Amino acid sequence: MLRFRRGGVLTALLLVSGAAAAQDTGKPTDPQIAYTAGEIDIKAAQLALKKAKSKDVRAFAKDMVRDHTAVNKQALALVKKLKVKPEDNDTSRALNKQATEKRAELAKLSGAAFDKAYAENEVAYHKTVDDALESTLIPSASNGELKDLLSTGLKIFQGHEQHAEEMAQQLK
Amino acid sequence: MKTGSDPRASVFVRAAALAVALFFEVQASAGEVIKVQMKDLAFAPAAFAAHVGDTVEWVNNDFVAHTATARNGDWEVNIPPRATRRLLVKRPGTVEYFCRFHPTMKGEATITAQPAQ
Repeated sequence: MLRFRRGGVLTALLLVSGAAAAQDTGKPTDPQIAYTAGEIDIKAAQLALKKAKSKDVRAFAKDMVRDHTAVNKQALALVKKLKVKPEDNDTSRALNKQATEKRAELAKLSGAAFDKAYAENEVAYHKTVDDALESTLIPSASNGELKDLLSTGLKIFQGHEQHAEEMAQQLK
Repeated sequence: MKTGSDPRASVFVRAAALAVALFFEVQASAGEVIKVQMKDLAFAPAAFAAHVGDTVEWVNNDFVAHTATARNGDWEVNIPPRATRRLLVKRPGTVEYFCRFHPTMKGEATITAQPAQ
Protein backbone atom coordinates (compact mmCIF):
# COMPACT_ATOMS: atom_id res chain seq x y z
CA MET A 1 0.00 0.00 0.00
CA LEU A 2 2.92 2.27 0.73
CA ARG A 3 4.64 1.50 -2.51
CA PHE A 4 4.87 4.30 -4.99
CA ARG A 5 2.63 3.67 -7.95
CA ARG A 6 5.43 3.25 -10.42
CA GLY A 7 3.27 2.18 -13.29
CA GLY A 8 1.22 5.35 -13.27
CA VAL A 9 4.17 7.70 -13.23
CA LEU A 10 6.07 5.78 -15.82
CA THR A 11 3.06 5.69 -18.12
CA ALA A 12 2.65 9.42 -17.72
CA LEU A 13 6.33 10.02 -18.47
CA LEU A 14 6.17 7.76 -21.50
CA LEU A 15 3.10 9.53 -22.81
CA VAL A 16 4.70 12.92 -22.59
CA SER A 17 7.98 11.71 -23.93
CA GLY A 18 6.13 10.23 -26.88
CA ALA A 19 4.35 13.52 -27.44
CA ALA A 20 7.63 15.38 -27.10
CA ALA A 21 9.34 13.10 -29.57
CA ALA A 22 6.64 13.91 -32.08
CA GLN A 23 7.58 17.59 -31.97
CA ASP A 24 10.57 18.84 -33.85
CA THR A 25 11.41 21.86 -31.77
CA GLY A 26 11.16 23.16 -28.27
CA LYS A 27 10.09 20.29 -26.13
CA PRO A 28 9.65 22.48 -23.08
CA THR A 29 8.16 19.50 -21.26
CA ASP A 30 11.42 17.61 -20.70
CA PRO A 31 13.21 20.14 -18.48
CA GLN A 32 9.91 20.79 -16.72
CA ILE A 33 9.48 17.09 -15.94
CA ALA A 34 13.05 16.83 -14.70
CA TYR A 35 12.50 19.94 -12.60
CA THR A 36 9.21 18.68 -11.18
CA ALA A 37 10.75 15.31 -10.34
CA GLY A 38 13.43 17.15 -8.37
CA GLU A 39 10.94 19.37 -6.56
CA ILE A 40 8.97 16.30 -5.51
CA ASP A 41 12.01 14.65 -3.98
CA ILE A 42 12.98 17.86 -2.19
CA LYS A 43 9.51 18.08 -0.63
CA ALA A 44 9.70 14.43 0.47
CA ALA A 45 13.14 15.11 1.97
CA GLN A 46 11.84 18.16 3.82
CA LEU A 47 9.14 15.98 5.35
CA ALA A 48 11.80 13.42 6.30
CA LEU A 49 13.90 16.12 7.95
CA LYS A 50 10.91 16.91 10.16
CA LYS A 51 9.89 13.33 10.90
CA ALA A 52 12.76 10.88 10.46
CA LYS A 53 14.25 9.25 13.51
CA SER A 54 17.29 7.54 12.03
CA LYS A 55 20.47 9.59 11.69
CA ASP A 56 21.22 7.91 8.35
CA VAL A 57 17.78 8.70 6.97
CA ARG A 58 18.13 12.34 7.99
CA ALA A 59 21.57 12.52 6.37
CA PHE A 60 20.14 10.98 3.19
CA ALA A 61 17.30 13.53 3.18
CA LYS A 62 19.87 16.34 3.45
CA ASP A 63 21.75 14.82 0.50
CA MET A 64 18.53 14.81 -1.53
CA VAL A 65 17.82 18.47 -0.82
CA ARG A 66 21.41 19.45 -1.70
CA ASP A 67 21.64 17.43 -4.94
CA HIS A 68 18.17 18.03 -6.33
CA THR A 69 18.50 21.75 -5.63
CA ALA A 70 21.78 21.73 -7.59
CA VAL A 71 20.25 19.81 -10.50
CA ASN A 72 17.21 22.09 -10.60
CA LYS A 73 19.43 25.15 -10.60
CA GLN A 74 21.10 23.76 -13.74
CA ALA A 75 17.72 22.89 -15.27
CA LEU A 76 16.41 26.43 -14.68
CA ALA A 77 19.58 27.96 -16.13
CA LEU A 78 19.20 25.78 -19.22
CA VAL A 79 15.53 26.63 -19.63
CA LYS A 80 16.49 30.30 -19.49
CA LYS A 81 19.31 29.82 -21.97
CA LEU A 82 17.14 27.90 -24.41
CA LYS A 83 14.43 30.53 -23.96
CA VAL A 84 11.75 27.96 -23.30
CA LYS A 85 8.99 28.88 -20.94
CA PRO A 86 8.66 26.23 -18.25
CA GLU A 87 5.03 25.32 -18.06
CA ASP A 88 3.04 22.84 -16.10
CA ASN A 89 1.89 20.01 -18.28
CA ASP A 90 -0.13 16.84 -17.83
CA THR A 91 2.91 14.84 -16.74
CA SER A 92 4.16 17.36 -14.21
CA ARG A 93 0.62 17.68 -12.88
CA ALA A 94 0.25 13.88 -12.64
CA LEU A 95 3.62 13.60 -10.92
CA ASN A 96 2.68 16.31 -8.44
CA LYS A 97 -0.72 14.78 -7.69
CA GLN A 98 0.75 11.36 -6.95
CA ALA A 99 3.53 12.86 -4.89
CA THR A 100 1.09 14.89 -2.81
CA GLU A 101 -0.88 11.73 -2.06
CA LYS A 102 2.30 9.88 -1.17
CA ARG A 103 3.43 12.63 1.17
CA ALA A 104 0.04 12.57 2.90
CA GLU A 105 0.48 8.81 3.45
CA LEU A 106 3.98 9.28 4.81
CA ALA A 107 2.93 12.15 7.05
CA LYS A 108 0.60 9.82 8.95
CA LEU A 109 3.54 7.64 9.97
CA SER A 110 6.15 8.27 12.61
CA GLY A 111 9.37 6.86 14.05
CA ALA A 112 10.84 3.70 12.53
CA ALA A 113 7.72 3.11 10.41
CA PHE A 114 8.19 6.50 8.74
CA ASP A 115 11.91 5.87 8.16
CA LYS A 116 11.23 2.54 6.50
CA ALA A 117 8.39 3.84 4.31
CA TYR A 118 10.38 6.92 3.26
CA ALA A 119 13.43 4.80 2.37
CA GLU A 120 11.35 2.35 0.35
CA ASN A 121 9.59 5.16 -1.46
CA GLU A 122 12.93 6.79 -2.30
CA VAL A 123 14.11 3.52 -3.86
CA ALA A 124 10.93 3.17 -5.93
CA TYR A 125 10.76 6.84 -6.88
CA HIS A 126 14.37 7.06 -8.05
CA LYS A 127 13.98 3.81 -9.92
CA THR A 128 10.97 5.18 -11.77
CA VAL A 129 12.71 8.43 -12.64
CA ASP A 130 15.94 6.65 -13.65
CA ASP A 131 14.06 4.21 -15.89
CA ALA A 132 12.19 7.06 -17.55
CA LEU A 133 15.38 9.07 -18.08
CA GLU A 134 17.29 6.12 -19.46
CA SER A 135 14.66 4.64 -21.72
CA THR A 136 12.81 7.68 -23.00
CA LEU A 137 13.75 11.17 -21.84
CA ILE A 138 17.47 11.02 -22.70
CA PRO A 139 17.06 9.25 -26.06
CA SER A 140 14.35 11.69 -27.11
CA ALA A 141 16.22 14.86 -26.07
CA SER A 142 17.31 16.54 -29.28
CA ASN A 143 19.15 19.46 -27.67
CA GLY A 144 22.71 18.49 -26.78
CA GLU A 145 22.84 20.50 -23.57
CA LEU A 146 19.55 19.08 -22.37
CA LYS A 147 20.77 15.56 -23.17
CA ASP A 148 23.97 16.22 -21.18
CA LEU A 149 22.06 17.58 -18.21
CA LEU A 150 19.64 14.67 -18.19
CA SER A 151 22.56 12.22 -18.51
CA THR A 152 24.39 13.79 -15.57
CA GLY A 153 21.10 13.83 -13.69
CA LEU A 154 20.72 10.11 -14.37
CA LYS A 155 24.16 9.38 -12.90
CA ILE A 156 23.34 11.40 -9.79
CA PHE A 157 19.92 9.77 -9.38
CA GLN A 158 21.34 6.27 -9.94
CA GLY A 159 23.68 7.04 -7.05
CA HIS A 160 20.66 8.09 -4.99
CA GLU A 161 18.84 4.89 -5.94
CA GLN A 162 21.73 2.71 -4.74
CA HIS A 163 22.17 4.80 -1.61
CA ALA A 164 18.43 4.48 -0.88
CA GLU A 165 18.57 0.71 -1.47
CA GLU A 166 21.40 0.32 1.04
CA MET A 167 19.55 2.50 3.52
CA ALA A 168 16.27 0.56 3.07
CA GLN A 169 18.16 -2.71 3.50
CA GLN A 170 19.66 -1.56 6.80
CA LEU A 171 16.29 -0.47 8.12
CA LYS A 172 14.74 -3.90 7.56
CA MET B 1 83.48 53.29 5.34
CA LYS B 2 83.92 49.79 3.94
CA THR B 3 80.88 48.18 2.45
CA GLY B 4 81.38 44.96 4.42
CA SER B 5 80.98 46.75 7.71
CA ASP B 6 77.77 48.49 6.64
CA PRO B 7 75.24 47.22 9.18
CA ARG B 8 72.47 47.47 6.57
CA ALA B 9 74.37 45.23 4.18
CA SER B 10 74.96 42.74 6.97
CA VAL B 11 71.24 42.62 7.73
CA PHE B 12 70.56 42.14 4.05
CA VAL B 13 73.02 39.23 3.79
CA ARG B 14 71.55 37.57 6.86
CA ALA B 15 68.01 38.03 5.57
CA ALA B 16 69.01 36.56 2.22
CA ALA B 17 70.68 33.61 3.92
CA LEU B 18 67.57 33.03 6.00
CA ALA B 19 65.38 33.22 2.90
CA VAL B 20 67.58 30.66 1.14
CA ALA B 21 67.51 28.40 4.19
CA LEU B 22 63.72 28.68 4.45
CA PHE B 23 63.37 27.99 0.76
CA PHE B 24 65.31 24.74 1.04
CA GLU B 25 63.47 23.83 4.22
CA VAL B 26 60.16 24.24 2.45
CA GLN B 27 61.45 22.40 -0.60
CA ALA B 28 62.59 19.51 1.55
CA SER B 29 59.26 19.11 3.31
CA ALA B 30 56.92 19.78 0.37
CA GLY B 31 55.98 16.51 -1.24
CA GLU B 32 54.31 15.80 -4.52
CA VAL B 33 50.84 16.90 -5.51
CA ILE B 34 48.51 14.08 -6.48
CA LYS B 35 45.38 15.07 -8.38
CA VAL B 36 42.15 13.18 -7.94
CA GLN B 37 39.31 14.24 -10.23
CA MET B 38 35.66 13.93 -9.31
CA LYS B 39 33.51 13.66 -12.41
CA ASP B 40 30.07 12.19 -13.01
CA LEU B 41 30.02 10.85 -9.48
CA ALA B 42 33.27 8.92 -9.60
CA PHE B 43 36.82 9.44 -8.30
CA ALA B 44 39.55 9.25 -10.93
CA PRO B 45 41.92 7.71 -10.13
CA ALA B 46 39.93 6.01 -7.40
CA ALA B 47 43.03 4.20 -6.13
CA PHE B 48 46.21 6.22 -5.67
CA ALA B 49 49.50 6.00 -3.83
CA ALA B 50 51.03 8.84 -1.83
CA HIS B 51 53.78 9.50 0.68
CA VAL B 52 53.37 11.23 4.01
CA GLY B 53 54.01 14.92 3.24
CA ASP B 54 52.38 14.75 -0.21
CA THR B 55 49.32 16.82 -1.01
CA VAL B 56 46.18 15.38 -2.55
CA GLU B 57 44.36 17.87 -4.73
CA TRP B 58 40.67 17.01 -5.05
CA VAL B 59 39.15 18.52 -8.17
CA ASN B 60 35.35 18.49 -8.27
CA ASN B 61 34.15 18.80 -11.88
CA ASP B 62 30.53 18.12 -10.94
CA PHE B 63 27.82 20.67 -10.15
CA VAL B 64 26.98 18.82 -6.95
CA ALA B 65 29.08 18.94 -3.78
CA HIS B 66 31.26 15.99 -2.79
CA THR B 67 33.37 14.91 0.15
CA ALA B 68 36.46 12.74 0.31
CA THR B 69 36.07 11.00 3.65
CA ALA B 70 38.48 8.46 5.10
CA ARG B 71 36.54 5.48 6.40
CA ASN B 72 38.89 5.23 9.41
CA GLY B 73 38.05 8.82 10.38
CA ASP B 74 41.58 10.15 9.67
CA TRP B 75 40.44 12.94 7.37
CA GLU B 76 37.56 14.52 5.51
CA VAL B 77 37.64 17.10 2.77
CA ASN B 78 34.52 18.99 1.65
CA ILE B 79 34.69 19.94 -2.00
CA PRO B 80 31.99 22.38 -3.18
CA PRO B 81 30.70 22.15 -6.78
CA ARG B 82 33.35 22.97 -9.39
CA ALA B 83 35.96 23.66 -6.72
CA THR B 84 39.36 22.31 -5.72
CA ARG B 85 40.49 21.51 -2.19
CA ARG B 86 43.82 20.23 -0.88
CA LEU B 87 44.70 17.69 1.76
CA LEU B 88 48.14 17.25 3.29
CA VAL B 89 48.80 13.57 3.85
CA LYS B 90 49.97 13.06 7.42
CA ARG B 91 49.67 9.40 8.34
CA PRO B 92 50.79 6.20 6.59
CA GLY B 93 48.44 3.31 5.94
CA THR B 94 45.93 1.95 3.47
CA VAL B 95 42.84 4.08 3.76
CA GLU B 96 39.51 3.42 2.11
CA TYR B 97 37.69 6.64 1.33
CA PHE B 98 34.27 7.60 -0.04
CA CYS B 99 31.95 10.54 -0.66
CA ARG B 100 29.67 10.95 2.32
CA PHE B 101 26.98 12.55 0.11
CA HIS B 102 27.23 9.83 -2.56
CA PRO B 103 28.40 6.64 -0.83
CA THR B 104 28.61 4.80 -4.15
CA MET B 105 31.70 6.92 -4.87
CA LYS B 106 34.59 4.96 -3.35
CA GLY B 107 38.38 4.80 -3.52
CA GLU B 108 41.51 3.68 -1.74
CA ALA B 109 44.65 5.60 -0.81
CA THR B 110 47.89 3.75 -0.12
CA ILE B 111 50.04 6.04 1.98
CA THR B 112 53.64 5.16 2.77
CA ALA B 113 56.29 6.88 4.88
CA GLN B 114 58.17 9.87 3.51
CA PRO B 115 61.00 8.73 1.22
CA ALA B 116 64.55 9.22 2.54
CA GLN B 117 66.15 12.49 1.36
